[in-house]
Amino acid sequence: MNAILEFLTAPAFVAILVEVGKGLVILFGMVIVAALLIWIERRLLGLWQDRYGPNRVGPFGSLQVVADMIKIFFKEDWIPPFVDKPTFILAPMIAMGTLMLAFMIIPITPTWGVAPDLSIGVLFFFAIAGLEVYAVMLGGWSSNSKYSLLGGLRSAAQMVSYEVFMGLALMGVVMQTGSFALSDIVAAQKDVWFIVPQFFGFCTFALASIAVVHRHPFDLPEAEQELAAGYHTEYSGMKFGMFMVAEYVGVVLVSALLVTLFFGGWQGPVLPPIVWFGLKTSIFVIIFILLRAALPRPRYDQVMGAGWKFCLPLAVINMLVTGAVVLSNP
Amino acid sequence: MEIAFYLSGFVAVLATVLAITNTNPVHALLYLIASLLAVAMVFFSIGAPFAGALEVIVYAGAIMVLFVFVVMMLNLGQAAIAQERRWLTPKAWIGPGILCGVLMVEMIRVLSPTIGGGIGGAVIDGKAVGIALFGPYLLVVELASMLLLAALVAAFHMGRHD
Repeated sequence: MNAILEFLTAPAFVAILVEVGKGLVILFGMVIVAALLIWIERRLLGLWQDRYGPNRVGPFGSLQVVADMIKIFFKEDWIPPFVDKPTFILAPMIAMGTLMLAFMIIPITPTWGVAPDLSIGVLFFFAIAGLEVYAVMLGGWSSNSKYSLLGGLRSAAQMVSYEVFMGLALMGVVMQTGSFALSDIVAAQKDVWFIVPQFFGFCTFALASIAVVHRHPFDLPEAEQELAAGYHTEYSGMKFGMFMVAEYVGVVLVSALLVTLFFGGWQGPVLPPIVWFGLKTSIFVIIFILLRAALPRPRYDQVMGAGWKFCLPLAVINMLVTGAVVLSNP
Repeated sequence: MEIAFYLSGFVAVLATVLAITNTNPVHALLYLIASLLAVAMVFFSIGAPFAGALEVIVYAGAIMVLFVFVVMMLNLGQAAIAQERRWLTPKAWIGPGILCGVLMVEMIRVLSPTIGGGIGGAVIDGKAVGIALFGPYLLVVELASMLLLAALVAAFHMGRHD
């Protein structure tokens, strides 16, 4: 009995428990924020488009998400008979799982974060972004319907193209910091945020990150006019819900990454770090929503052309200039 | 770390075998992806996180995506699965299987003296890899980059509309 008690109160074990607890808090907090974003987005879109949006359930409609969730949980989880069952079930899991995993590298405050010191931090995000493609591709392929397949094909080509320069866009930041770890990148922005020296890196990374989470205006994989609902046409119930929430998890993730990499992360005067991080991240989330409200959807070849002919050269030139500057001021 | 190494090594071998024996092309590719992820995990467990991350980014995240992309476009249906099943007869795999088994026994024999201290050495981070690449291996890196450039130009040429 004493031995067990000693084991349970040993400093190492308690530290592990505290870290696991923190990880769970971050995970659930993020999923809840992502789910709430569905309501926030609809309200904001309503505001900008001069209509109300959902305002019936709860104060200002804030319980709309709860109503939606209850509905979606109790809906029949219908798997059409013509689909490829294992991959059909796997795809939404990959969509949500991979993106949630990527939150582990983000330093939310100096003390809160699962693994902000991971020596391959930025690369870990690229790896996650690479694996995230499978969710849409497999969802599109396994549905065995032409709209889904077209959505899956589009997303594969789009995400592979945009990942190429997304990596290059961040290399400027990595060069200036001299480390892949996100905690080091935040620490390096003590005096000046990386948005100033890495403005073009920010522009290209912001575009690439929208494309990678396939948000509007890069949501060609699910373009309603042409493809019904694209890769998730055949999905329903909670599987569709997972795709939906994964999209918002992606929005929160890339907003948090933009803040961490280019806007000093949790750093800021007077207010505590968590408030700064939350404020900056929510500004980016709102910008993502505003983009959806304001911009029309480009044609598919325009999306690909912009990626390869404009953003890729810009990212390479940015990397070249940064490399030259870093080398000339040791 | 040794447990992680052996576990991920086992997963890698199992997933590779399943990738070969599975008759559905997309499912086989999924097993191959799992195998590559397991190999990345092996890299992590022996203290090479940079190599592990590149394994996921380049192989699992880019090359395999293109494989899946092509297989999706080919629209292989039940006919392809049936054909694969016809080809996968014991006559076809017993010979190569025995040869591979012999090779594996030899490899285990060759590697066995190093097993005691082989796993969990010094951690090689991105900086160490960079210094090695642009120090002693500079010429190889440059040659590889020229080869890639040539491949890029060739691909552009072939994909051109006339």
